[in-house]
Amino acid sequence: MTLAKAPAVDVDGAKTRRRERPGHRSGPRPGHRAATGVGRPGFAWAAPAAVFFGLFAVVPLLMVVVLSFSRWNGLGSPEFAGLDNWRKLLDDPVMIESLWLSLLLTVLGVAVQTPVSILLGVWAAGHQRNRAVLSAIYFVPLLLSITAVSVLWRAVLDPNFGVPSQASWLFGDGNLLGTQSSALGVLVFVSTWQFTPLHALIYQGAARAVPQVLYQAAQIDGAGTVRQFFHITLPQLRNSIVTSTILMVVGGLTTFDTVLILTQGGPGTDTTISAYYMYQKAFKSFDFGAGAAVALLLVAVAGLVSLVMVRLTGYDKMRSTMEGV
Amino acid sequence: MRNRPNYLAGLGSLVWLFVVGLPLYVMLVATFQTRADYAANGPLALPERLTLDNYVNDLSEGFGQYFLNTVIVTVCVVGIVLLLVPPLAYAIVRSQGRATSTVFRLFLLGLAIPSQAVIVPMFYLINEAGLYDNLIGVILPTAAFAMPVCALILSGVMRDITPELYEAMTIDGASSRRIFFQLVVPLSRSGLSTIVVFSSLQAWNGFLFPLVLTQSTENKVITMGLYDFQTEHGVDIPGMLAAVVLSALPILLVYLFARRALVQGLMGVGGK
Repeated sequence: MTLAKAPAVDVDGAKTRRRERPGHRSGPRPGHRAATGVGRPGFAWAAPAAVFFGLFAVVPLLMVVVLSFSRWNGLGSPEFAGLDNWRKLLDDPVMIESLWLSLLLTVLGVAVQTPVSILLGVWAAGHQRNRAVLSAIYFVPLLLSITAVSVLWRAVLDPNFGVPSQASWLFGDGNLLGTQSSALGVLVFVSTWQFTPLHALIYQGAARAVPQVLYQAAQIDGAGTVRQFFHITLPQLRNSIVTSTILMVVGGLTTFDTVLILTQGGPGTDTTISAYYMYQKAFKSFDFGAGAAVALLLVAVAGLVSLVMVRLTGYDKMRSTMEGV
Repeated sequence: MRNRPNYLAGLGSLVWLFVVGLPLYVMLVATFQTRADYAANGPLALPERLTLDNYVNDLSEGFGQYFLNTVIVTVCVVGIVLLLVPPLAYAIVRSQGRATSTVFRLFLLGLAIPSQAVIVPMFYLINEAGLYDNLIGVILPTAAFAMPVCALILSGVMRDITPELYEAMTIDGASSRRIFFQLVVPLSRSGLSTIVVFSSLQAWNGFLFPLVLTQSTENKVITMGLYDFQTEHGVDIPGMLAAVVLSALPILLVYLFARRALVQGLMGVGGK
């Protein structure tokens, strides 16, 4: 999960701050006589970063479109191939299955991680005595690279030398990566293990920001801890739920390292999700055109899902949680 | 307000401690045992004899080199980010040009591009540039993909500098260069430390770019070393887990001594 590995982006900040930009495009504001450009940085300040980013991020993104219509085996130069790659992919059962598997893995990831991170985040926002120490330990998985976490779990789940060999009553033959359902379960679990601290931290910040008067009022009305959680805390967290879910969705759809190290897409193609299929097509079968097409499809699906979520949740015109306080 | 202890929450927090702690315990215990002892004792038992052999072996089998390579990549990525992003963020916050706002929108779009999306053309470009299997070929895209988040963090911090300060300096006749070095940089130190942490974590933990863009042993970074160790000697569990510990050691040390800065860098939030 690049995004996941990649850390939370302050999604709300991006939106609100953009709106706040002073004098942006509207020319000098009244009362700002000096705003006509004196002492203001010109485009030259942004140019080096823009050129660098353009060269190593924007140009490749445009090229992926070109390559998806090309034939290239990694040697020589790519040749135009028209719609060949796309036609083959849409007839490819593994491709279609990989998209479903990506979506399934993402949905399962959101369904498991969200409740766990909300509970942990709300708990960590409280004042328990052991809170600081436990939070510090909870955070450790996030410090390891996805590679390290995957290798660690591969060792811990090793059927012969790992934990399953010690608890056959729980794990059966211990080969947790041997069937589709348990392999998917392991992938979801490993992502949850690693990224829960990130999402819990988002919820912790939001839970701390809930106005205490709401709890005081609820207590006067006689609401218990559980009712306070469902009627005050949870509704107050809704902006964070959307932010955290978008991060989980993008992360889930781009899961790659975990699959490469833990399952190699197997058993068979049972865990071959799209990001891994893209890697296989391009860098194992040396069909770079098909790889580019899968990558483009993945970006399109991820973009579409994020867009639909933003629209459905009304995130673009979000109501303030401060209403009625 | 909520004074009654919540036993259910207390229990839940202990369950999660077990989930997080168990693999970490297995890892630490395994790395200090020989392979034979580990196989005999099983993953859960406390070791009787401790040994550092796993760490010594890993370091002599190339992990020293991988470590050094990763340090080089990380330092260069952080250097590029520190050189390019602060002027960019300054322009985003203070410039009124149309071109700058277009660039800002480009970077916002960049937030949504996963590295998997561009890995195929990146392989082509790096090959064409003659940088395949060269650390420079890993450094350049890694730095580029760390930039959007860094630009967002830093422009957020710079935006909090009050306009009066800019105006006072402008009235004194300061050039934008002087304003940048004497006002903006000193007042954005917290944001600068956050982007240093964020970009170094990206570089240290990066996997896909090195996987696709390097090949030979002398150009391996530590995540690649781990991956190869696992594919080649997957049965040597203590050695493999020692490599996991080695790969995370610098980050764990920073976590011990500068927890706040690290957490902020990881979260990608401004240094406030």
